[in-house]
Amino acid sequence: MTARLHIDWTACDGRGLCVELLPEVLGRDPWGYPIPHTPGPIQVPENLIRHAEKAATLCPLLALRLQHPAHPPAAAA
Amino acid sequence: MTTSIDTDLLGATPPGPMPSRGGDLIADLAAAGLTGRGGAGFPAWRKATTALSGCEAVVIANGAEGEPLSRKDATLLLRNPHLVLDGLALTAEAVNATRAYVYVPAGPGADTITAALAQRRDRVSVAVVHAPDRFVAGEESAVIAAVEGRDALPRFRTRPAAMSGVDGRPTVVHNVETLAHIAMIARNGPSWFRRTGTQDEPGTFLATVSGSVAMPGVYEAPVGIPLDDLLAMAGAAPSVRSVLVGGYHGVWVPAGPAPLSRAGLAPYGGSPGAGIVHALPAGRCPLRFAAETTRYLAEQSAGKCGPCLNGLPAIAATMTALAAGRAEARRLDWLTGLVTGRGACHHPDGTVRFVRSTLTTFTAEVDAHRHGHCTTGVIA
Repeated sequence: MTARLHIDWTACDGRGLCVELLPEVLGRDPWGYPIPHTPGPIQVPENLIRHAEKAATLCPLLALRLQHPAHPPAAAA
Repeated sequence: MTTSIDTDLLGATPPGPMPSRGGDLIADLAAAGLTGRGGAGFPAWRKATTALSGCEAVVIANGAEGEPLSRKDATLLLRNPHLVLDGLALTAEAVNATRAYVYVPAGPGADTITAALAQRRDRVSVAVVHAPDRFVAGEESAVIAAVEGRDALPRFRTRPAAMSGVDGRPTVVHNVETLAHIAMIARNGPSWFRRTGTQDEPGTFLATVSGSVAMPGVYEAPVGIPLDDLLAMAGAAPSVRSVLVGGYHGVWVPAGPAPLSRAGLAPYGGSPGAGIVHALPAGRCPLRFAAETTRYLAEQSAGKCGPCLNGLPAIAATMTALAAGRAEARRLDWLTGLVTGRGACHHPDGTVRFVRSTLTTFTAEVDAHRHGHCTTGVIA
């Protein structure tokens, strides 16, 4: 089961901690902002969820939200 | 400003008194198949159903119309404010809302709505909130921010507004034209609404036609009308070959029979959006038009999200260089890939859609510019 990582782009300032903690999933764009290696929604594989949680907790701007598969988002409206 | 003669939404007086539909309205909207007319095309009934599961809902009529090429919301508000207010009141009733708002730029539209409100006695009182004059002001999360008394800027959200919007309450935000359709469906029923349009996309829509046309203005047309027919109604010049459909976040469609519906425009990667149809004059260089448009879109970034703040100016500069024959399309492929899906709103995605459509539609033109030629004249 993968978890979905959301980035609050209005909060993210490109500090780069998440890229350091989750290099398997994220790289940096030319301006220093995190960018997933695979385009589209950011999926975190099960074996990396612990690291993603750490990244979300340690982000100095609290710009990361991890959405666990156990709590699927309600139907969009 | 011109309108078609056969119009329901732009008629001078609303046809008959407002009926009371209560919760049945949602079933009628589902049967009618009405989708949002603000651009995203989301089924209207689903927003209401979601909001109904919460309490103390809020409904908002969105008439911000930040798109410079769009006039249909302003025209509708001036011509038929009561139809919009009927749709707002009916929606408020259907979702048990306790607050309602009309979000509209200061000026004639807002004045007309204020005057119309003074003539009515709606169960849920309606407040007018002024929309600032900027492209992204009509984006749903920006609308909610404005109603909450903050700057009208897009915000990060993981839950839909219909679940958690204004002050965390379920919030239904409808484009003003969508509300006018709701008022018509409440009066005439879903089968009446389905009398025109296509099976999958029924009803009519308001189109703002501009560019190389003799009679620019707002036209009401069935969804799925061939582009050529709409252009003919507006008196388009026979020399028109390329038409921008869906506005500055839209795509290029060749003048021809393409149906103006989501299905009909899917091959071009677009949709009718908010009904903007702009006929590019034959003598106008499409790449220079695109350069000016992307510069405008970059300026209109709210500047809140890094990839948009940095990426859109880079895209605009490259598009400008491309028009001057000094850049490769490859660089735009790379830059557009960097901003896609990376913002709190769809401004970067919409900009990318327009840029990519320009590159795929005008491949020959891009090539000519690279060799120092322009099919419409000299390179500046």
